[in-house]
Amino acid sequence: MNVFSVPTELDHLAVDQVLDTAGQMGIERMLFDARHVRWIDPNGMVALLAAGAELKKQGGSPRLQLPDNSDVLGYLSRMGFFRQANGIFELLGRVPKRVSRLSDVLLEITSITANADVHTVIDDVQKRAGHVLASRLGYPATSVVQFSVILSEVCQNIVEHAEGPGWVAVQAYNWTKRLGRYVVVISVMDIGRGFRDSLNDEHSARYGDRWGDSTALEAAFLHGLTRFPDSGRGQGIQQIRRQVQRWNGSITIRSGTARIAQVPEWDITDPVVDGLKSFPGAQISIILPAVK
Amino acid sequence: MDLTPVTIDVGVLVSKTVTSLHSHLVTRPTGRAVRLAIEAQMAGSGAQSLSVIDLSDVTILDFSCADEVIAKLLQAYLEPDSPEAFFMLRGVGESHRDQIQVVLERQELVAVAESDTGVRELLGVIEAYDARVWQLLETEGPLVREDFERVFPEPSLDDVLERLQKRRILFQSSISGQYHALSQLVDDTL
Repeated sequence: MNVFSVPTELDHLAVDQVLDTAGQMGIERMLFDARHVRWIDPNGMVALLAAGAELKKQGGSPRLQLPDNSDVLGYLSRMGFFRQANGIFELLGRVPKRVSRLSDVLLEITSITANADVHTVIDDVQKRAGHVLASRLGYPATSVVQFSVILSEVCQNIVEHAEGPGWVAVQAYNWTKRLGRYVVVISVMDIGRGFRDSLNDEHSARYGDRWGDSTALEAAFLHGLTRFPDSGRGQGIQQIRRQVQRWNGSITIRSGTARIAQVPEWDITDPVVDGLKSFPGAQISIILPAVK
Repeated sequence: MDLTPVTIDVGVLVSKTVTSLHSHLVTRPTGRAVRLAIEAQMAGSGAQSLSVIDLSDVTILDFSCADEVIAKLLQAYLEPDSPEAFFMLRGVGESHRDQIQVVLERQELVAVAESDTGVRELLGVIEAYDARVWQLLETEGPLVREDFERVFPEPSLDDVLERLQKRRILFQSSISGQYHALSQLVDDTL
């Protein structure tokens, strides 16, 4: 049995540890020990699901030791984590009973496997996003439209390109210590084919020896390349980047062994990171801060 | 006038077309289904037609769907062997404008759009001079060539008029020779 101690603060900065571990081949029995988790955000939750699902796909038997902290457990429950985790992990510990859906959750963890799921996400988020974006982030009332468009495009990336299962979750937090204001965190992850494999047939030749996960990410993220010959394709990520920049937000995409980011001045994330441990699919994190 | 008028309410069409009755125009398959429904509706409209694509009831329009419904529709009817179809977008709100502009720019297309407050403008890619010629027709039309010439005496005028006609943002009657703005045809025929 391999044991992985889940970081006590499992957010967008810590998820690489989870994905790196799960990306190692040949781990048949793996215990994710989350007993000491004190803080978890949508990236952390979705990364746990992706890591467990990948291990299971490889024929492993992932187990998850639930957090001791009742607040964290309750939060995981409200975010719909256990509903998704049930089919992936053997859960060790007492799963809290689901209480009624509380209004503080912006978008519960939702699995994305088909276009109908994208419609469900957009329908669901309409109910609460407008209020949260206006009251917490100070965005104009109309921003719910751009926010929905971002979500739609980023979720479609799973259906159109990943050809594998994925999840999305959204929540608002008060980042008092880190930023001194509220943020909305969007996490979208899949364990599908990833950017390099998706673009390989159409675009690898022009990059020659340079072709790899980081160049594939650059091709899609910076230049809007896709595997489809249709010139109308590839604008989704470009427009997401543009809108995130307008809101002074950050966006990072990890795929394979690389990560690319567009970050504002308040984010210390490196624009490009290579040499990570390989993990399938794509993992996207978007953080939108309140206006100053 | 020898144009067949067609009014297309995309809000109604999306609920009729998409199996699971979605109120938002998101995802490529939804856009594709709506475009095919529009094309089916236009199928019996003859060699020349004028269609109003009404977005008034559409709340969310994403880039993928805008590309499928609007850019690909316009593009299909610019093919050499396609019927001469003219389109005007109606009910274009601030929530749609950016997505439509982006997908039209990407395909180097242009479209006449009427905002939800009734203002008519061109979206997409258009030269400033061409836009001024179009604007004159929009505010003063119908016009004959000499009317344009009084304001735009430059020798390139004929090329501009031909280009605007080829891009389907103005209509020249084969009977009277007059140039019509699409909005005026819509007001007259629909």
